[in-house]
Amino acid sequence: MSRNGPLALIFHTLFVLFMVAPIVVVCLVAFTPEGFLSLPTAGFSLRWFRAIARYPEFINAFWMSLGLGALSSTLALIIAVPASLAIARHAFPGREALSALLLSPLMIPHVVLGIAFLRFFTQTGLSGTFLALLLAHVVVIFPFALRLTLSSATGMDRSIEHAAISLGASDWTVFRRVTLPLILPGLISGWALAFIQSFDEVTMTVFLAAPGVETLPVRMFLYIQDNIDPLVTSVSASVIAITMLALILLDRLFGLERVLTGHSDKGS
Amino acid sequence: MSGAAGERVRPPWALLAPALMLFVGVVVTPLVMTLMLSFHDWGQYKGIEPVFILKNWQEIWSDSYFHEMFARTFRISVLATLITVLLGAPEAYILNRMRAPWKGFFLLVILGPLLISVVARTLGWALLFGGNNGVVNMALMRLGVISGPLPFMFTETGVIVALAHVLMPFMVLSVWAALQKIDPQVENAAMSLGASHATVLRRIILPQIMPGLLSGGIIVFSLAASAFATPAIIGGRRLKVASTLAYDEFLNTLNWPLGAAVAVLLLVALILIVVSSNALIERRYAEVFR
Repeated sequence: MSRNGPLALIFHTLFVLFMVAPIVVVCLVAFTPEGFLSLPTAGFSLRWFRAIARYPEFINAFWMSLGLGALSSTLALIIAVPASLAIARHAFPGREALSALLLSPLMIPHVVLGIAFLRFFTQTGLSGTFLALLLAHVVVIFPFALRLTLSSATGMDRSIEHAAISLGASDWTVFRRVTLPLILPGLISGWALAFIQSFDEVTMTVFLAAPGVETLPVRMFLYIQDNIDPLVTSVSASVIAITMLALILLDRLFGLERVLTGHSDKGS
Repeated sequence: MSGAAGERVRPPWALLAPALMLFVGVVVTPLVMTLMLSFHDWGQYKGIEPVFILKNWQEIWSDSYFHEMFARTFRISVLATLITVLLGAPEAYILNRMRAPWKGFFLLVILGPLLISVVARTLGWALLFGGNNGVVNMALMRLGVISGPLPFMFTETGVIVALAHVLMPFMVLSVWAALQKIDPQVENAAMSLGASHATVLRRIILPQIMPGLLSGGIIVFSLAASAFATPAIIGGRRLKVASTLAYDEFLNTLNWPLGAAVAVLLLVALILIVVSSNALIERRYAEVFR
């Protein structure tokens, strides 16, 4: 393999700088001791991280995002597993169209989904409820859960299942003892990716959020729309830190590239 | 319970029922309702009137404000896509030629931001751009690239740069995936036959990553055209794109039918662009996809 020349390495350095600069800046500004935005900052202080505690709306929004993410990705997975088994193992007419429908939230702009959900939930009297938010999130993250479960269901060796059946195992036992353990790595990375998608979603959620059912990205977005101050940077820095932690965990466990490209063949 | 080994004959509908119910109930129905909403009437005092009129569509068709806004959305998306192509493709190539630990590390650094909240990433750009003494302007002036500060906040330039950053990982990922399929022996063969590095890039690498480049371009374009948080924060209330305008009609003006029409138009235009360019690419590069 030929090596990169000096020109390529300069380009690479500038590119990486471009990619990390906005993230680094948020983290730097978050540690400012000043009462206003300042960069480069003179000192170092945790004052704005402590300040988060005084704004219950951020804390509440964080717990809301965490709960919503966990619940919606679990629900999405519960619905995606049987669907992916059906798509992976049965050749039936309209299978392609069905996968297209189930993956369609990837194609539809989230702002359009947000508008459609707002109209729908207003008409059905669910607007401003947690249930509306939950249903909307399950739909939006469903393609991510489906893609990863689908790829592990397709790549699975079925002879073990057949052996279990011929030894007299019931359908449920086969699923619980054979199929589920085999597709589990795909399920876990699917859950993780779905969770992150739910946790980060802002465009669609901003249409459904109401006082009491506000997620963290929505709270941050609405806050930034009014003014940008060190408080929102310290909240953002915390979010970045949490995401980085999850990212490293995900990379160690499954390989980030595999999770992002939708192939979970590692370990299955 | 079916008999011995072999394909069990079970209609998959039982397995598909939950997903189908969810999607028909919570995706198809709301989208149809939105389409219908775009034909309803609206007035400041009477609210939404469920009648069938073309008023909203005529307004979008005839008012130059909407033409300008859709043209701006298109322009911003094309330029942001172009930046990701010009920067992302070379970077994916360089990344692919790196040695083992660095390759994985920088792939993580470049793809990682994809999972960081887009609000946090855009906030970073707002801080970098911020006013006349933002970091970007300071750096550019110190380097002598510009003599006076450039306006980035509330301008198309700012939105384009921030969008290119937010969507860059998709391009790198797409070109990276295409590069993985290239047999390095072809490159070596060209080199040993005396081709210069530039010729190898142009005649061997570029044609083979073209499908990845184009499909990455489609992904970035469609995400840029429907982006919301980034144009809302960097563009502010004055610089409207399709998604921020629809948001405004819904949550500020409360003219839902007009907002619905803008959203439906955005959706239809995007689907047409994506589907037709996909078809074009697949026809052009049929042999690569096989």
